Amino acid sequence: MPVRLWRTPLDTEKVKFPKAEIHIIKDQCKGCGFCIQFCPKKVLEESEEINARGVHPPKIVDEDKCIICSFCTAVCPDFAIFVLEKPCKEGC
Amino acid sequence: MAKKETLLTGAHFMNGDVACAEGAIAAGCRFFAGYPITPATEIAEHLSQRMPEIGGIYIQMEDEIGSIAAVIGASYTGLKAMTATSGPGFSLMQENIGLAVMTEAPCVIVDVMRGGPSTGQPTLPGQQDVMQAKWGSHGDYEIIALAPSSVQEMFDLTVEAFNLSETYRVPTILLVDEIVAHMWEKVVILSSEKIKIANRKKPNVPTEKYMPFMPDDNLVPPMACFGEGFSFHATGLTHDEHGYPQTQSSEVQQRLVNRLCDKIRKNADKIIRVEEVMLDDADMVVVAYGIVARAALSAVRKARAEGIKAGLLRLITLWPFPEKHVGKIAKQAKAIVVAEMNCGQLVREVERSAKETPVVFLSKLGEDPHTPIEILDAIRRNS
Amino acid sequence: MVEEMAHPLSKFLREAMMPHIWCSGCGNGIILNCFVQAIDDLQMNLDKLVVVSGIGCIGRAAGYTNVNSFHTTHGRPIAFATGVKLANPELDVVIVSGDGDLFAIGGNHFIHAARRNIGVKVICANNFNYGMTGGQQGPTTPLEALTTTTPYGNIEHPFNLVHLAAASGATFVARWTTLHARRLTQSIVKLLQKEGFCFIEVVTPCPEIFGRHNKMRTGLEMMEWFKKASVVEHFSDPAKAEITSEKIVVGEFVDIEKPSYERLLHEKIAQINKKAGELVREYAS
Repeated sequence: MPVRLWRTPLDTEKVKFPKAEIHIIKDQCKGCGFCIQFCPKKVLEESEEINARGVHPPKIVDEDKCIICSFCTAVCPDFAIFVLEKPCKEGC
Repeated sequence: MAKKETLLTGAHFMNGDVACAEGAIAAGCRFFAGYPITPATEIAEHLSQRMPEIGGIYIQMEDEIGSIAAVIGASYTGLKAMTATSGPGFSLMQENIGLAVMTEAPCVIVDVMRGGPSTGQPTLPGQQDVMQAKWGSHGDYEIIALAPSSVQEMFDLTVEAFNLSETYRVPTILLVDEIVAHMWEKVVILSSEKIKIANRKKPNVPTEKYMPFMPDDNLVPPMACFGEGFSFHATGLTHDEHGYPQTQSSEVQQRLVNRLCDKIRKNADKIIRVEEVMLDDADMVVVAYGIVARAALSAVRKARAEGIKAGLLRLITLWPFPEKHVGKIAKQAKAIVVAEMNCGQLVREVERSAKETPVVFLSKLGEDPHTPIEILDAIRRNS
Repeated sequence: MVEEMAHPLSKFLREAMMPHIWCSGCGNGIILNCFVQAIDDLQMNLDKLVVVSGIGCIGRAAGYTNVNSFHTTHGRPIAFATGVKLANPELDVVIVSGDGDLFAIGGNHFIHAARRNIGVKVICANNFNYGMTGGQQGPTTPLEALTTTTPYGNIEHPFNLVHLAAASGATFVARWTTLHARRLTQSIVKLLQKEGFCFIEVVTPCPEIFGRHNKMRTGLEMMEWFKKASVVEHFSDPAKAEITSEKIVVGEFVDIEKPSYERLLHEKIAQINKKAGELVREYAS
């Protein structure tokens, strides 16, 4: 699970942690790096590819580590990234 | 608090500034933003009392620039809005008059002209802002300017100024000299069904199809206002029909600026008004406006009594300039006498329109307008 | 990871004018983001929202927001907005403009609108220079900073904008940086619901111009400055809320109740004219 707890909660089998669905609108990114730098879980890093604007958009390192704080969504100046909760089915 | 009625139908003895304010109210003006300046202060003072009585908004802004900006803002919410000032304030307003032209905001600006330039003679008359009304802001544009000659016209032409500004979505300027603004005369205010009012045309397309600067056949776009569901953008930058800035396109600049000018130029015949007195057989014509036209009328009558075939072309609309009217009388006249209280402003337009016909210019600065004898002498000398 | 979905806030943006002209690392996009997020949080009636902006990089924000918007001449959005708000008090009028537009050429309109407590809301993007015209000194440029018109270092003291706003009579005054995206959104939510003249200063990076001249070449370096130097001091004395390379005091400084100009105006009109005329819009109290 993506968070560390100092003891195991009693309902840990019943509570499902939401899974993140990170959307990156690659060609809208201007490569400022804010989402990468300020992600508390370091989920993103700069990719190798070059987008239509001539910069490196972010790429996801490990989507499972994302805690859906959505700070990247809030701090992106270009509306190029947003995070949704993956619709949860059994076993997610 | 005697007067609570909106329209003061009846006969009154009023001063020019007050007649102008009442004309605004009669036209439907419900927003005034201004700044005190001699000799226009009485308009603000009168409206500060009348606006709350009739449910209108009055605010004294911190300067004239704020006043005209607030007027444009109010105009964009659908209210008919006006400001009043004199030369120094009019100079301050020029940039935002350009904004009103560019965003096609209907509004009325009253400029009660005093002696200039600069602080000049605040309590004495002048007709020195005439060219500024047309050319004062930067860029190419057209506005409408009217010049009342009597207190009755202060009322009537203020109503007409609002009608013109609403019809053509253009700032309309009332160029008044201080004498007409401060003199007291009889004013007859008709009942509301007899006063013709024009309102801006509203769009008749669904909100998502609305283009704020797409013109109609008369080159004027129908105007939606804030809060009506049309989420449009307006900017002082050169823009396309959607209102979005297009600062790199020559084609958009040509289309927009030419339309803003043509909107007035091509409709000039519907806009221009003059008063023709004894012109049918005249071979000496006096061209005048404002208070000077009153003296000119007297001079022309005296000239006729002496056997000179004199006539008067009184300009009511100063801009767009009545070049066709001047051109027509120039063909029949031996000479045209132009009397203005400045060093030569509208006379240049007369010369341009009169072509080969000699134009005699009578300048007068200071407290008094031209006397009828001064104008009569000029008529005699040139007949 | 799915790529085809539209950004959830894209309905608040004018797609025809996107992408915006702001540089990589510019904070103006964050201000726009926080603003439309706040509108979304409040589920505001967009037909009644009017965004007015002045001249400057942030001035383009009015064009990007998909609501009634107006882009005025330099320094005049507050005066224009005064006319709009008084003529129709039901409209929510928000001014989004820059430090030079609001406090240099527009300074007079700012202090008077605050003094009168006109119910317009001002969000000021403070990037310490005139960015759009190439990086000239402005009223908030720090002492000794380098700009294109202070090549030897600025010798003018900058305004303390929150102090100015509070002293002029604003009912709500806050300062955040673009790094404080969440708190900024929360303050904008408060600002949109409050009566009277409200002001938020947003310290924003201008890496291409101001940053480049002053040894902070990227947006990240400027945001790191905000992170290192910001200190939240709610309701501290705005006069002491400084911005230096070591300390940026942020927070909400003023949150008071004071009747707005339009409330007083309409009460006065009602008093004078007991039966309100058809143009007096009922002021919802």
